Amino acid sequence: MSTFDEERLARLIRALPPAPEGWVRAAQELPAVRAELDEVVARAEADAAFRTRLVADLEAALEAEGYERSPRVVEELRIRLQDNRAK
Amino acid sequence: MASTLSDSELVARCRAGDEQAWSELVERFSRYVYAIAVQAFRLPDADAEDVFQEVFARAYEHLDRLRDDAAVRPWIGQLTRRLCIDRLRASTRERPADEDDLDAVDPEDTLAMLDDALTVHEALAATPEHCREILDRFFARDESYRTIGDALELPPGTIASRISRCLGRLREFLDGRTDPGSASSSR
Repeated sequence: MSTFDEERLARLIRALPPAPEGWVRAAQELPAVRAELDEVVARAEADAAFRTRLVADLEAALEAEGYERSPRVVEELRIRLQDNRAK
Repeated sequence: MASTLSDSELVARCRAGDEQAWSELVERFSRYVYAIAVQAFRLPDADAEDVFQEVFARAYEHLDRLRDDAAVRPWIGQLTRRLCIDRLRASTRERPADEDDLDAVDPEDTLAMLDDALTVHEALAATPEHCREILDRFFARDESYRTIGDALELPPGTIASRISRCLGRLREFLDGRTDPGSASSSR
């Protein structure tokens, strides 16, 4: 970047509007979501009854145990449980 | 309050499991990732959101692969570009009529401009809070003088002059740290 005039500065500030708040929040919550997913998967591996409930009805089992049930969590968990079954 | 951590300090803290640092990293790069997806590659909102989440998910998973912590910015930029191109290719496979759209996307000028814009936003983060706030609200958030005046408890008549003064300060700050040999804007 070499020189700036105020018109160019204004244009460059304008070029980066905020991303939608919900997108940012979801990305910021990633570590907490991952930790919860890890916990659920570890429990499913250690507890056959819990695993059976998850496989039978994932969302209901998560709700009953007080876990997050956002579509993203449910989808990712479904994939991880399938991967685990495939191993 | 804007963080004063450098990119490499922030990455090091994220790698150590500091969730607050991760939150700050997302905040720092969210506008850049969003702008690449919607301005440079013109992705529709739903695709842009998928790319946005995928960029940060991969960044979170692969942060330990980053060889130079200070290079997080080009790394995230490159990751975003790659995922946008993948998304455009996938949509042309699903809807072959969109192939013309893929050919029409030539994001290089926009990407160069967005790199400069991120540099300016980083400089903005280093200015006093009253300047950062008013410039961001007026230019990036497109708020009216009235909205800004209400939010910051300023008479609307003083806002234009304050914006002008703050732009001047930002310009001085950027010119002061300009490397005369730098040529990124000449791309």
